[in-house]
Amino acid sequence: MTASSSGTNSPAVRLRRISKRFGAVQANREVSFDVAAGSVHGIVGENGAGKSTLMSILYGYYHADAGEIEVMGQPARIANAQQAMALGLGMVHQHFMLVDSLSALDNVMLGAEPGFFLTRAKQRVRERLEALMQQTGLHVRLDAEVGSLPVGEMQRLEILKTLYRGARILILDEPTAVLTPQETEQLFGTLRGLKAQGCTILLITHKLKEVMALCDAVTVMRAGQVVQTTPIAETSEAALAEAMVGRKVSLGRTGAEHKTDAAAAPLLEARGLRLRNRLGVPALAGVDLRLLPGEIVGVAGVSGNGQSELLEVLAGMRAPDQGRLSLGGREFEAGAWLDPALARALRLAHVPEDRHLHGMVLNFPAWESAVLGYQDLDVYRAAPLGLGLKQGLMREQTAGMMERFDVRPRQPELRSSKFSGGNQQKLIMARELAQAPRVLLVGQPTRGVDIGAIEFIHAQLRGLRDAGCAVLLVSSELDEILALADRVLVMNAGHVTGELPIAECTETRLGLLMAAQGRAQEQEGHPA
Amino acid sequence: MSQPLALPRWMDLGLLPAWNLLVAIAVSGLVVLAIGASPAQVFWALLQGALGSGRGLGYTLYYATTFIFSGLAVAVAIHAGLFNIGGEGQASLGGLGAALVSLWLGHSLPAVLMLPLAVLAAALFGMAWAVVPGYLQAWRGSHVVITTIMFNFLAASLNSYLLVNWLRPAGSMSVESAEFADSARMPALHQLMQSWGFEDWPSSPLNLSLLLALLACVAVYWFLWKSSAGYALRAVGANPQAAHYAGIRPRWQILLAMGLSGALAGLVGVNEISGVQGKLTLDFVAGAGFTGIAVSLMGRNHPLGIVLASLLFGVLYQGGVEVSFDVPGFSRDMVVTVQGLIVLFAGAMAMVSAPAFARLYAWTQERRHG
Amino acid sequence: MDELMIASVLASTLRVSTPLLFCAMAGLLSERSGVVDIGLEGKMLFAAFAAAAATAATHSTALGLLAAIAVACVLSLLHGFACVSHQGDQVVSGVAINMVAAGLTVVLGTAWFAQGGHTPTIDDSLRLSGLWPQFSEPVAGHWAASVLGHGLLSHNALVYLAFALVGGVSFFLSRTRPGLRLRAVGENPAMVDAAGVSVLRLRYMALLGNGLLCGLAGAYLTLAQNASFTPNMSAGRGFIALAALIFGKWKPLPALWACLLFGFLDAVSIRLQGVSLPGVGEVPVQLIQALPYALTVLLLAGFVGQALAPKALGQPYVKER
Repeated sequence: MTASSSGTNSPAVRLRRISKRFGAVQANREVSFDVAAGSVHGIVGENGAGKSTLMSILYGYYHADAGEIEVMGQPARIANAQQAMALGLGMVHQHFMLVDSLSALDNVMLGAEPGFFLTRAKQRVRERLEALMQQTGLHVRLDAEVGSLPVGEMQRLEILKTLYRGARILILDEPTAVLTPQETEQLFGTLRGLKAQGCTILLITHKLKEVMALCDAVTVMRAGQVVQTTPIAETSEAALAEAMVGRKVSLGRTGAEHKTDAAAAPLLEARGLRLRNRLGVPALAGVDLRLLPGEIVGVAGVSGNGQSELLEVLAGMRAPDQGRLSLGGREFEAGAWLDPALARALRLAHVPEDRHLHGMVLNFPAWESAVLGYQDLDVYRAAPLGLGLKQGLMREQTAGMMERFDVRPRQPELRSSKFSGGNQQKLIMARELAQAPRVLLVGQPTRGVDIGAIEFIHAQLRGLRDAGCAVLLVSSELDEILALADRVLVMNAGHVTGELPIAECTETRLGLLMAAQGRAQEQEGHPA
Repeated sequence: MSQPLALPRWMDLGLLPAWNLLVAIAVSGLVVLAIGASPAQVFWALLQGALGSGRGLGYTLYYATTFIFSGLAVAVAIHAGLFNIGGEGQASLGGLGAALVSLWLGHSLPAVLMLPLAVLAAALFGMAWAVVPGYLQAWRGSHVVITTIMFNFLAASLNSYLLVNWLRPAGSMSVESAEFADSARMPALHQLMQSWGFEDWPSSPLNLSLLLALLACVAVYWFLWKSSAGYALRAVGANPQAAHYAGIRPRWQILLAMGLSGALAGLVGVNEISGVQGKLTLDFVAGAGFTGIAVSLMGRNHPLGIVLASLLFGVLYQGGVEVSFDVPGFSRDMVVTVQGLIVLFAGAMAMVSAPAFARLYAWTQERRHG
Repeated sequence: MDELMIASVLASTLRVSTPLLFCAMAGLLSERSGVVDIGLEGKMLFAAFAAAAATAATHSTALGLLAAIAVACVLSLLHGFACVSHQGDQVVSGVAINMVAAGLTVVLGTAWFAQGGHTPTIDDSLRLSGLWPQFSEPVAGHWAASVLGHGLLSHNALVYLAFALVGGVSFFLSRTRPGLRLRAVGENPAMVDAAGVSVLRLRYMALLGNGLLCGLAGAYLTLAQNASFTPNMSAGRGFIALAALIFGKWKPLPALWACLLFGFLDAVSIRLQGVSLPGVGEVPVQLIQALPYALTVLLLAGFVGQALAPKALGQPYVKER
């Protein structure tokens, strides 16, 4: 369905059956929708849904394998960013394309300098920019060094850059990921102003509240395909959340209902976790958490709302700015936090979200990756003086792990990079489970994993739970959470917005919580 | 995302380096032509000079000993992700350490105590010289390449100062220290052989340090691939984030890597000072630190490869000396040139031919299966 | 301290700083564009040889200068080929260039001139000499004639060119279009690429400038300072220039002061030999020689302010798309 805008006939952008494949991954599959001229059009979807790829195709960074693009009613072949800019497209990237040590003016000018000698050129650019700033209400201190500007101003600068080059169709990629709520409001004001002047805006985001507040129409993408395109008036946050996380192969619950002993002492308890990331944006805004023995606690929510930081903090890879942790009979405070080696010593295991970045060393053979994190265990110490490694034992154990978890090919000597994603993940799981942990933190366990391996991994997690372990499961696949968890926490913007026992979880309820603001207590009217 | 190169392992580890070496040799041959000599004659004279006589072989192995030490030094650091160009300075300090201990204790201790002490001193002094840049990199973020280059010059100044003002025997005009006692001198191979009845064993600077070098190879191999500390070191070099996840502390690994690297480079002092000179001289390192870079690059940072590459360079150095007698215009500088060309083609330009090889491989695979 | 001493030291400082300045500016262009240049030493050395050999063979100073510049440019382009076009390791490439230069200059010199690596002495008429010969010696009793005359005005054209070039490079970087782009490409090449400007072209342009300046540095050594080429005559000056560049935080004017400082130390080190300073005693010449390097280490360790290198320095640029 296309949204019609008064006064214009042809859509600003028309995409017809765009498809793009990278190796084995179909990033975009037959994507088609229209963007009405002079409208704000949202494109929502999870990580990996294909929205960034689609916009990169529109902006000329990639070439589509199939499909057509029309810009302002004319068919367009966009071979590179220059041609995109010539057609009036402008892109504001998620990671700013700015040079911190140069002034704002220099950054705008770069690549489009009117003249060889800059003193005169700068004057001309300054005049044009000042007129532009007046016209659009976008104010940026032109002579300030970009590195010293607040993030909101940097973003305004990025928008100004595109307008300076004559953009009438702006693409913004996750613009509010790095903004505070106040800055977000300012951005919205700016965008509304630009829209009033006839610009068309494409907003890539996964923040549904913003979509509802700002957009005229929204396209939901999932797994490279368009799920739906609707005018805002005909949808809601909850409906969008449902459409976003959608339905895949439903892995239903198996086995008898598991009863957790609510009176048992928690294996892990975290209170008041607060963390600001590098840009000063709060990633964790006061999170409390407890894990009881023999339960799987799922953390649901659109990724990017603090789940990754939560895992890193609980695993000891990062220290929070504030907060306390009880684990294995020991207490930790923000100033003297846990570290990964100590965490393992306290029987906490961690299957990281990014297996290539954290989970294994790709250049190491499988048997060396299979002891990552456990290389200092006494059982592996060999002569002389305990400095050596019992490599025979390690290789044997790796072979055993591969056997039990059906990792293929069964070659402990093979380089870690040569295994498929699913087999790598199985090996990592085997490694973490082999130490019989009491607490297991696991992030995105089945991302990039084939169906058979998914079932196996789920069975392992249940088995661990049945043996009395506490599992914290972070997953952007709601189906996975619904299939495995005994209790579900929902996170949004660094807060835990709600907690539900599995019996009370429906996709609608969870969807609402994913879009909710503030902590759970605050919503129910409790004082913060 | 850039497509990864589809090169099978044997091509990556065997064919490509061999090709790069061949190119370096070919260009060297062109240089030889340019100076009016015959590459074939030079090549033959080189091999003859290096391997054709017992004496030549002795010299070749003596050179190789030094290169094994400096090559191992570079390799250990590279496995931790660091480029240690400070081998020159660390070797210099190693020689200084061996000399100081030898001059102080040489006359009071028997060889069986003195020599291990000298070795220890050489290693410790070299280690100290490398640990400072390592600390600066790990804790202050100072780039280890620049600091080690600076430390090379500082070592030269230090050595010069100590030799001229403190270690030079009173009244001596030459810039060198007093001679060590016999117990502080690493026994030369020909001495040993002659004392065992092989009267005709040719004399050369080859000494027991060769054994030390080979032991060092085994030790480095064991350390890197069989010990838990080596595992941690390689993890930091390969993927610092995964190392952090694994509870490994990258800073300490950097310190350890530089320390070991410096210690190995310091052992060059054992070969040159304790083994050959018998006294501390001004420029005994003579570029061995840089040759170590070439050796490690060619040997793919593995002790076995380093031994082979060291032999190659030993042949080059010794053969070069002999060739310079036969062929006008050929000198030690030609060897330096060849060394530079090897670093260029096998190091800096190592990947230039890789895409061509990948295409060739893909084409042969297609022919075979298509 | 009398006027003879001051004039003499001043003149020496300027003369010794000149090759440092050329090399530091060369390194600045390369490193500000994101390419590490350890090979300054080798390029200067090879250029010195080329200048001496060409001038001796053709009896033309101009050809000597051209040869020096050409050779240094070839080496810079080689560095670019290995590192910019093919993502080779920039440090290894620099080390290789130094080694090849050290060896090949002597090999070729011996082969062509048969003087053990030296080139034939160049006749005074072909060398660069002071522009105002009347100031070639300081005048006792006359402060102006000594300090201003001998100190500042007794130098050859290349010396003045070096100092002028500092201004030139500074102007180029801050006031011209390619200069702005060059500064940007060393900090954020992805941004420059996204703005439609070729990262490769910019870096090669910087490397050509680098070659030109290294060529001038080398030519100075054999056409102005000395009269022939001797093996390894650059004697580590390329590394001192690198140290000055870092000490000057990759900016032209501070690098100029650093070069002058290091030049001053060098000029003064000979004079301080055997001289006792009050309270300290005799200052060893090795200490003064070591000072530039020690100061740079202190800077890098963060004890003398912060040295912020161009952000993308040393990282080969690979298009992410």
